[in-house]
Amino acid sequence: MSLAAETHGFLSPTGVEIAFLLVGLVTFGAALVTVTTKQLVHAALWLVVALGGLAVEYLLLTAEFIAWVQVLIYVGSVVVLLLFGLMLTKAPIGRSPDADSGNRWAALGVAVAAAAALVWVVVDAFRATWIDLDGPAAGSTDATGASLFQNWVLPFEALSVLLLAALVGAIVLSRKAKTGVSQPTAGKADTGPVTAGRTQASQATPGKTSASQGTAGKADREGTP
Amino acid sequence: MHLAYPVVLSALLFCTGLYGVLARRNAILVLMSVELMLNAVNLNLVAFDVWLSKAVEEALHSGQALTLFTIAIAAAEIGIGLAIVLAVHRNRGTADIDKLRDTAEGLEGHPADGSDSDAPTAEQADRTGKAEATA
Repeated sequence: MSLAAETHGFLSPTGVEIAFLLVGLVTFGAALVTVTTKQLVHAALWLVVALGGLAVEYLLLTAEFIAWVQVLIYVGSVVVLLLFGLMLTKAPIGRSPDADSGNRWAALGVAVAAAAALVWVVVDAFRATWIDLDGPAAGSTDATGASLFQNWVLPFEALSVLLLAALVGAIVLSRKAKTGVSQPTAGKADTGPVTAGRTQASQATPGKTSASQGTAGKADREGTP
Repeated sequence: MHLAYPVVLSALLFCTGLYGVLARRNAILVLMSVELMLNAVNLNLVAFDVWLSKAVEEALHSGQALTLFTIAIAAAEIGIGLAIVLAVHRNRGTADIDKLRDTAEGLEGHPADGSDSDAPTAEQADRTGKAEATA
């Protein structure tokens, strides 16, 4: 490896390196706009550009399956979820002046210091390391699927349990709590017929109210205070 | 390709996400920055996997498998995180993480909400109790 790396210099980049650098600049710029823009919806849309640029970087690194999974999951679902979250929390459409908190400059200092330290260490460590991109692709769907289902089956199955737990947890977290006090908006539509039916039943046969409460009981708890 | 290119890009993206996590006020923007940090880690994993799978004969492709796991866990994390943010927004009417400081210590004169009027007294009692415990 080291002998091969001696022949590659940074001053004579290959075509793949130039493409990687250009797409990397676009990705980094989009990420910077994502964390600095004052318009919340624009931040989510710039995040699409950053994540799509990362998918292109995966393709340039010959990891095609990861690239398409990135496009499907991140660009397809995560950003849509984030946009749903922005809309549901009544995010302002225009510029919001309080998008950044007061400790912005401290955060900038921490981030710049961390970036300087990381880039220095990483460049110092991997200056002469060369990735051989020729030959069969290292991350083709064939190779990825074979290794995933030969060596990583058990974590893969455990991951499905984790996704199920996350699904159940999200449902439990996002449903309204039905404790005692009724919601002012919930069940407004079915208040009329249910109470009408209940009063009718109680007027007709008082002994049978327990039977009718079995059907109307659930809506009754929600509808009437 | 030099390994330095993807690794430096990954470090820069990670620090961008770090700045976003520290500086943003809206909770959903913080979640976006967390996604940026996770993607930086994914790029690192893929780059090292492509390097090592050519350098080693019997490669397990652990980098790509871990990248897939990270993507799935990030999807689960964003679902749970958004559910929590929506629950907080429904209960409090805001998603600003600067205003969610019920467990903050050492904030004298912080205006308490009208809903939990007994919170400051309990907090003060707790603080005096803690001061007595330390004294």
